[in-house]
Amino acid sequence: MEIWDAHCHLNGVPGATPESRLEHLLRYADRMGIARLCLCMGMEFSQDPSPERMRQENDAVLRAVGAHPDRALGFVYLNPRHTQASLDELDRCVLNGPMIGVKLWVAMRSTAPELDPIVARAAELNAPVFQHTWLKAAGNLPGESTPGELAELAARHPRAIFICGHTGVDWGAGLQAIQACPNVYSDLSGSDPTAGFTEAAVRMLGAERVLFGTDAGGRSFATQLAKVYGADLTDPTRQMILGGNLKRLLGPILTAKGIHQ
Amino acid sequence: MNARRNQTLSRRGFLVSGAAVSAAAFAGTENDLASRSPGTPFIDVNVNLSRWPTRRLPDDTAKRLVDRLRSHGVTQAWAGTFDGLLNKEASAANDRLADACRREGAGMLVPFGSINPMLPGWSDELQRCARVHDMRGIRLHPNYHGYALDDPLFDQVLRQAADANLIVQLVLEMEDERPTQRLLPVGPVDAAPLADAVRKVPGLRLVLLNALRVVRGEALKKVLAAGEAYVEIAMLEGVGGLGCLLDQVPAERVLFGSHAPFFYFEAATLKLEESDLTADQTDAICYLNAARLSNSTG
Repeated sequence: MEIWDAHCHLNGVPGATPESRLEHLLRYADRMGIARLCLCMGMEFSQDPSPERMRQENDAVLRAVGAHPDRALGFVYLNPRHTQASLDELDRCVLNGPMIGVKLWVAMRSTAPELDPIVARAAELNAPVFQHTWLKAAGNLPGESTPGELAELAARHPRAIFICGHTGVDWGAGLQAIQACPNVYSDLSGSDPTAGFTEAAVRMLGAERVLFGTDAGGRSFATQLAKVYGADLTDPTRQMILGGNLKRLLGPILTAKGIHQ
Repeated sequence: MNARRNQTLSRRGFLVSGAAVSAAAFAGTENDLASRSPGTPFIDVNVNLSRWPTRRLPDDTAKRLVDRLRSHGVTQAWAGTFDGLLNKEASAANDRLADACRREGAGMLVPFGSINPMLPGWSDELQRCARVHDMRGIRLHPNYHGYALDDPLFDQVLRQAADANLIVQLVLEMEDERPTQRLLPVGPVDAAPLADAVRKVPGLRLVLLNALRVVRGEALKKVLAAGEAYVEIAMLEGVGGLGCLLDQVPAERVLFGSHAPFFYFEAATLKLEESDLTADQTDAICYLNAARLSNSTG
């Protein structure tokens, strides 16, 4: 059984190059027994990247993945405001490159029609779409999606696979929002290790729809692993969450690309 | 083999079963485990009893919390009460806390009474904590009780606590404010005046709880240098976060805290594994510093 981290960044990590930052992450991942890291976005975050900036960020991830193809997987970062450029980038990095998923952050809410062609293309490529979500008490950013908005997108694209990034952080509400969407998975990453999160996710969605992730380097591998090790779960359920589910989701695209699983 | 190591190796064993992570990685980790002193206990300086106001937590009975802590090798836990956040009858909340600590855990739970200086009678309650309940310290929640750290009342509380030989635990936040309940928005404490406040009170022993999202870097160094002040690790984040913290502040001022049962307890223990610590650093953080601080009271 391997542990696969569904959500990692190069940002917030020491190192002058993408390769050195990934090596830094891997040193700690090794200490914590994490075998694979899914990387997205570049050396510095950009909320509304231009097409050129998008390519720069993805190039950084491509360099890191290229240095450690056995340890890192790439999600292509897209900005739906630049729909055609995003489709071109999707083809460059996923169809014709080694990346295996799509990352959408806070440029546009997932209810926007501009996402539709991107999601449709991702589904054709068997690439899961990781959509960052939050439920902030004081209100989200203008382009920051809620789990409920992701659920609307998922209903329009039943063949696509979505990962609900951070499950809205306010996970009690986030889990309810995606509960009825069988093609939406809960990502545990990027929030405090509040007790009860993982048990609630398993109870409401079923263990097969819950994915371990960290949001490192901003977050610690330790605190995010604790959401699985500290939860009242059976060992088979832990195995599913820590890696089994993500491997299953990514299986078709990894197989198509000949990437070792 | 102590409970901590049992727990850790159990997790490690789980990982190793069928794992394909490099052998070198595991060799390193096992060496780290081997470098720790056998039989070392944990003193957890940050737990709470009673119920969180907005949802049930998995271990929110004293018995369940004690069982959880004991299973991880915790021998002593400094316990506040969630009742101290919103309940205006502080005496009753502290009575219940003291009673629960007497009834459960066979001495493991050490009560830290809540003091709300915005309520009349806070000074009497502080004295009750010291004299009636024989507590080792008090816990303050300025953001829930509505005062700033440059308020003269805060200074008075610190002075009275120091005079009564009580440790002061200052809680800078209880949870990430961003996803909090819309009807109960509580931001973190503004810690900017803290270093000055500490410097002014001779004999003060201060422990910052849930502080490391709020006070970091130079600001943290200033607070810890201002007097006998400590910080615990419950809200420490970032890859290799504990190692990074120890690059900035002396290990002698860092305590083990879990914020259980609000947080999964394992978040704190796994931080010890994530960073490459010496055995001396680990022992200092896990129990030596807290034991020294605790024994220096009355």
